[in-house]
Amino acid sequence: MRRAFRWLLAACVAIATTSAALAADLRPLVQTMGSGGYAGTEKALNQLSEAGDPAAVPVIEALQAGDLYVRKADGLVVIARKAGAGFALTDPLSGAVVGEAAAGAIDKIKINNALRRSISATLGALTLMSPDPATRRSAAEAVFKSRDANALDALNTAIAKEKDERIRRVMEQARAAVILTAGASEVDTQAAIATLTARGDRDALALLSMIAASGATDALKTAAAGAVAAVEQKLMFWGALQNLWYGLSLGSVLLLAAIGLAVTFGVMGVINMAHGEMVMIGAYTTFLVQQGLRTYAPGLTDLSILLALPAAFLVSGGVGVIIERSVIRWLYGRPLETLLATWGLSLALQQAVRSLFGPTNREVSAPSWMSGAFELGGLTITYGRLWIVVFAFAVFAALLVALKRTWFGLSIRAVTQNRPMANAMGIRTARVDALTFGLGSGIAGLAGVALSQIDNVSPNLGQSYIIDSFMVVVFGGVGNLWGTLVGALALGSLNKFLEPYAGAVLGKILVLIFIILFIQRRPRGLFALKGRAVEA
Amino acid sequence: MLTRFFLMGLDRKAGLVLTVLALLAVLVPVMTLVVPEGSPWHLSIFSVSLLGKYLCFALLALALDLVWGYVGILSLGHAAFFALGGYAMGMYLMRQIGPRGVYGNPILPDFMVFLNWKELPWYWLGFDHFAFAALMVLVVPGALAFAFGWFAFRSRVTGVYLSIITQALTFALLLAFFRNDMGFGGNNGLTDFKEILGYDIQAPGTRVGLFLATVAALALSYMIASGIIASKLGKVLVAIRDTESRVRFLGYDTESYKLFAWTLSACMAGVAGALYVPQVGIINPSEFAPASSIEAVIWVAVGGRGTLAGAILGAVLVNFGKSYFTGALPELWLFALGGLFVLVTLFLPKGLLGLWAQLTARLPSGKGKRVPNGKTADQKGM
Repeated sequence: MRRAFRWLLAACVAIATTSAALAADLRPLVQTMGSGGYAGTEKALNQLSEAGDPAAVPVIEALQAGDLYVRKADGLVVIARKAGAGFALTDPLSGAVVGEAAAGAIDKIKINNALRRSISATLGALTLMSPDPATRRSAAEAVFKSRDANALDALNTAIAKEKDERIRRVMEQARAAVILTAGASEVDTQAAIATLTARGDRDALALLSMIAASGATDALKTAAAGAVAAVEQKLMFWGALQNLWYGLSLGSVLLLAAIGLAVTFGVMGVINMAHGEMVMIGAYTTFLVQQGLRTYAPGLTDLSILLALPAAFLVSGGVGVIIERSVIRWLYGRPLETLLATWGLSLALQQAVRSLFGPTNREVSAPSWMSGAFELGGLTITYGRLWIVVFAFAVFAALLVALKRTWFGLSIRAVTQNRPMANAMGIRTARVDALTFGLGSGIAGLAGVALSQIDNVSPNLGQSYIIDSFMVVVFGGVGNLWGTLVGALALGSLNKFLEPYAGAVLGKILVLIFIILFIQRRPRGLFALKGRAVEA
Repeated sequence: MLTRFFLMGLDRKAGLVLTVLALLAVLVPVMTLVVPEGSPWHLSIFSVSLLGKYLCFALLALALDLVWGYVGILSLGHAAFFALGGYAMGMYLMRQIGPRGVYGNPILPDFMVFLNWKELPWYWLGFDHFAFAALMVLVVPGALAFAFGWFAFRSRVTGVYLSIITQALTFALLLAFFRNDMGFGGNNGLTDFKEILGYDIQAPGTRVGLFLATVAALALSYMIASGIIASKLGKVLVAIRDTESRVRFLGYDTESYKLFAWTLSACMAGVAGALYVPQVGIINPSEFAPASSIEAVIWVAVGGRGTLAGAILGAVLVNFGKSYFTGALPELWLFALGGLFVLVTLFLPKGLLGLWAQLTARLPSGKGKRVPNGKTADQKGM
């Protein structure tokens, strides 16, 4: 604690002195930049780098951009930028206006490729001491990439000063990279190898394999080879885990899209080709709720997604009930006719939405608690995706409870298992039919709320999910909610694990072929219903 | 024997269909090529191609009706066979362009030069011969249908499940043909055709010739289909549609019957596609879209499922309506099509021909003849 305090004090003093006193010391150095050709500029640059003062950064940046000039009249080094016919001159250190000059009155300080390299190294070294943590971090990353030996001293100084644990780690990794490239004592190199093994990403892997191939001693080579193996294994592990996460994420999207269908198709046996449009209506409801809140209660916009959930459920569910009462109930027992009629409905609904809202995509913005990402080990997880996974499972659990534990769920199961008997027991089957279809459609609406966050809200939103949803339900086994869950997650993961090898489109084709072949083996899906209900 | 087979299917309705087709075959060339342009009886080349397009769709509908109306297999992927036949013809037409393409490569089509390919992929070999391409028009859709049906029927995948996997099939093909490295022109498909069998593809004479070929193909397919349906084989097919398990218990190998009808239907769809491509001048992957397969189903439903003449009538009427609406009231077309789906399934389960039969049956002068398919598969609850 005391040591940390002492460091803090030292740093404060250093910063205080840099800005005032050292600026004066830089001036003669800056003045020498224009003389002696490339070599002279290089020498001045190295001295600036040794001085280690961030105040020199604008000068060097100007040199890099080709804005640094020498005034012919008095040899003053200035930053010149085009202004009208001539150039506007400013002092490179203070930024004060010096005056104006014609194009002929100033000489550009020329740079070549060798100079360009030392410029970026010097800039990297100087920005390492910047008071802004983000600048320090990106500077350290830049040194890690360039692996410039000139930056080593600056790095050492910066590491000693650095208080932020995470930035210091990046700086240490950068130092390790420099050491491995430039060569150092055996002990230092071993330490560098250890540091890079801990970093364990592709850049570290490239450096380590270089040492493994051409290290100075055999001991170093074996150490590096071991490190390479360790890093490769780690990368593979995190890669597989990342794929698994992507698969889970895609699987939960499929689950959301298919779960409403699992009710209408799976439980009721109605082929609802307009299911995708129920999702689309849910997404548009979200859009309307957000627009409404933006106009009337701007403070609540962050909550619009939560308010859209019940709204979308009711709107899509209501449309579902209307469709069931007006069309589908006349077609029970004729699934192929139902398929055609609902396809027609889906065309009409798409066109209706297109006429109302226009054919272009509508913007649904993400609430603040759904944007951003966090890192978990080697995984990058976005909050939006995480919430969708959570939401999908929540909807699944809620539906399961509704079907197994409520009076309404009991009636649904009774009607689907034996309609005349349920009727005889006093269940109003027609009403149960309508409400079941409404439930399935309402869940599709909920899916629409979630999908509005990751997909374009357009009239065609539903169409892109309808085939996938049917695949999931058929693959999982019709009439089985757990089958839908397993089917969605399995197809999602399969898709994501195929993608790195086959590409996104070919991966999807392979999944479709897999499903076609799978249906041949198990025509009733993964978890088939057994018994008489199958033939009915 | 063959003549008897063809004659067997010829009832009064068949006679009517063939007469109408024969009239078209005579009138259209005369009205286009002989009647001078100013006359009100003149038919423009554009209209000829449009009519030819309708008749190609009619052939597709006929193929679909053969399996849906008479065997009870609702295919939601028939456009895939149509498009495959179209691609086979398109490949021949591409090879006929020769060095007249934009890049002037005598062997490689433009899109391959663009992709920097050095030689023709093996599956393009042979397509410079018309006979080979014509064979492929039948073989490729037929082989795919045979393989698909062989697996599906043997595993006893039926009803809705079969419909859904046919949709998966056409969706997979759609995605595959969109890929550039498949070697079928990717997104843009095959187009810019110059000539067919040495004749300029834009010339009025060629257009009329293609139209006549379409009429002939439709008439021949109609005779084959009605011949099959009137034969004993057709009776078994209808029996399979109504109760497959009973037919199986009677000792029939139902899978083979279904497979035969299914493969034949796919070949017909392939021919329709092959005739379609030179008349519209382009084939691209959007033909594989599941929506186009389902649209073909509604043609059959509108005309009357299980009546071959109905399939032809439905395809022509719906497509005529589509051309009219998309030109005059584009906003309303999807409402009209969607409404058609709903209304036909709800109120016209036997289509327009069924309605006609009902009306004539009520009239005292009518013979009261029942439509051949008094019973449809929906009664079995599939």
